[in-house]
Amino acid sequence: MPLSKTHQEYWNKNLRMTAALLLVWFLATFPVIWFVRDLNILSFLGFPLGFYMAAQGSLIIYVAVVWFYARYMNKLDKKHGVAEE
Amino acid sequence: MASRKNNHKIFFLSLSRYYGFYTGGFIGFVTLLAIAEQMGMPNAWIGYIFMAATFGLYAGIGVMSRTADISEYYVAGRRVPAVFNGMATGADWLSAASFIGMTGTLYLSGYDGLAFIMGWTGGFVLVALFLAPYLRKFGQFTIPDFLGARYGGNVVRSVGVFAAILASFTYVVAQIYGVGLISSRFLAIDFTTGIFVGIAGILVCSMLGGMKAITWTQVAQYVILIIAYLVPVVMLSQRITDVPVPQLMAGQVLQKVSEREQEIFNDPQQLKARELFSHKADEIDARIKGLPGSLTAERHNAERGLARIKAAAAPDASAIWGAEQSLQNLPRNEIEARETWEREADKLRASAKAPHPHAEPFPGENEKVRDTARLNFMALAACLMIGTAALPHILMRFYTTPSVKEARQSVFWSLFFIFLLYFSAPALAILVKFEIYTKLIGSSIADLPAWVAAWGKVGLVRIDDINRDGILQLAELTLNPDVILLATPEIAGLPYVVSGLVAAGGLAAALSTADALLLTIANALSHDVYYKMIDPYASTPRRMIISKILLLLVALVAAYCASLKPDHILSMVAWAFSIAASAFFPALVLGIFWKRANKWGALAGMAVGLGMCLYYLVSVKFYGMAPWFGIKDIAAGAFGVPAGMFTLVVVSLLTPAPETEVQELVEHCRYPQLMVDTGGKSV
Repeated sequence: MPLSKTHQEYWNKNLRMTAALLLVWFLATFPVIWFVRDLNILSFLGFPLGFYMAAQGSLIIYVAVVWFYARYMNKLDKKHGVAEE
Repeated sequence: MASRKNNHKIFFLSLSRYYGFYTGGFIGFVTLLAIAEQMGMPNAWIGYIFMAATFGLYAGIGVMSRTADISEYYVAGRRVPAVFNGMATGADWLSAASFIGMTGTLYLSGYDGLAFIMGWTGGFVLVALFLAPYLRKFGQFTIPDFLGARYGGNVVRSVGVFAAILASFTYVVAQIYGVGLISSRFLAIDFTTGIFVGIAGILVCSMLGGMKAITWTQVAQYVILIIAYLVPVVMLSQRITDVPVPQLMAGQVLQKVSEREQEIFNDPQQLKARELFSHKADEIDARIKGLPGSLTAERHNAERGLARIKAAAAPDASAIWGAEQSLQNLPRNEIEARETWEREADKLRASAKAPHPHAEPFPGENEKVRDTARLNFMALAACLMIGTAALPHILMRFYTTPSVKEARQSVFWSLFFIFLLYFSAPALAILVKFEIYTKLIGSSIADLPAWVAAWGKVGLVRIDDINRDGILQLAELTLNPDVILLATPEIAGLPYVVSGLVAAGGLAAALSTADALLLTIANALSHDVYYKMIDPYASTPRRMIISKILLLLVALVAAYCASLKPDHILSMVAWAFSIAASAFFPALVLGIFWKRANKWGALAGMAVGLGMCLYYLVSVKFYGMAPWFGIKDIAAGAFGVPAGMFTLVVVSLLTPAPETEVQELVEHCRYPQLMVDTGGKSV
């Protein structure tokens, strides 16, 4: 089944956004754990920063990522004419 | 089309109104109980009323949502709006372990416990990016359905069914165990009766209305559980810091905890107590080495002691009883002796161990131990995340939204509602630690608050004044993780109605997760095995009957397993994540993102991933295999997922590409609406 150009463009944009957000997810998770001792030198709201990230900071980033993806994709659907009626 | 959209809107508005009234009603109900308590209503009544009201509510929703429609039974008619599906997923996700156990883990492990917080929230990023919208577009009934359609044939489907049941069953047993624990404690009935009361509550709901009833009950359960979690945390924060926002204030409290830690960790009496525990453990170790002779010696000692008491001029009845008891409690044979004594020595060593500061990441004596702890933290967080994005009872919730668009939004709402609890849990752990370190440790054992004795009776709190100074040192206090949350209202000096509320919340968390898991298992059997493999021409009523009978059977088997109070099963719960991650994640994600993935690759990938994961789990846990890179069995998915992923890719490339129809199915899943679709018809 041949896909039109706009369809392919849609999928490529989706892949790019997925990769970018996956990178954000990765950065909010693994380096934050690996470098926790270094981060703990700083402090935020009274918490050592590394502790804060694992307890609250990374969680806020996750919520934001999922919110942004839903918004971005729902707009992209419309732009490329693949949105549900 | 416009009218369908309109209908959705009307449905959404009336749902919002119902649940708005319901939430208000629940708050009113709790307030009334609080007033009644002030006027002298006994605590036991409060427990009964809470249990009766919540069970009655869930059963009522179940009865109102009864259905004979296949699509309603399996996927709630696919008309659950994003926000409500988010709440249902939240209740589905937040289990007895998240609600009760996790606060305790955070209290006991400090920073290292946060792997659970990150893992159980970060996983939803993967659900959003890789799975939810595509599975919704695919739009069947179960996760093995997707595997069956994407990879063709019943073999891949069967592996999926096997893995789904394996991951869900231990998990559901633990939920039912939790239900038994809470209802037995708050209704003062025995544990087994508690379990069957709980099972009745689950079955009324899921048997009558399947996914539809479960969904609407879960929304109600979410409301109860989040109120039940937040009320004590907010009140505790208000009491300690005068600000009712625990998440903001916990940092300052953590600083005070850290200061206090320095004092109590280095208290000479604390050091002495630890030394005494260590001595006692060494004595028991010597006894284990001296088996079987040492057991005979112990028995002689006990018998001689009993004889001496009996021979005394005025024998003391209670002393005789005590001595007889300790003689009876001696292990009967060498194997039993080894087991009990080893357990005892472990407990003593745990008390003797140096406590570590709450905020310190990866504590350990040397750099190597610390590095292994860091690696374990990362592996565990990764396994929990990937497992989240692979557990069938979570993924199937995204089949129930009206559209792909709402499926995406619904992942956001799910994560948001889950986040509300996980965001507060580390703060609660810090606040409770502050209370215990400042109010309990260092005070006289004779006048400890009443909750210590109350929870001591059920064995969740243990105090052992080993240095006999009459003052409680940190090493002398042993807390079971479950007690932290359950006792929070009492620790904070809140009225009993809050304790009842917390119990109702824990019950809601356990019941809602158990509902979904039982349905997942029963659906895998009735839909995937019976309908898709055995009798594809079965009529709708027949399929419904089979589903319900299987649901009942699975529930009874799970309840029976829970009633045996299996230690192993409970420690196996965390395995579910590694199992699901290793078996499902590669096949699901590559099935959507890589058209070249084929049947043989999926089959080999799932088998190798699952096999690797199980091999590692069982060898490390039961056969004493040295862990690879020091990674604990709980994070076995760290090996299973890469192995499965790699095998899937290699085997797919070595075998022919999948047929055009399969590739078209993949394209169909990738676009919410594909106009050039084969004549507009769905695959």
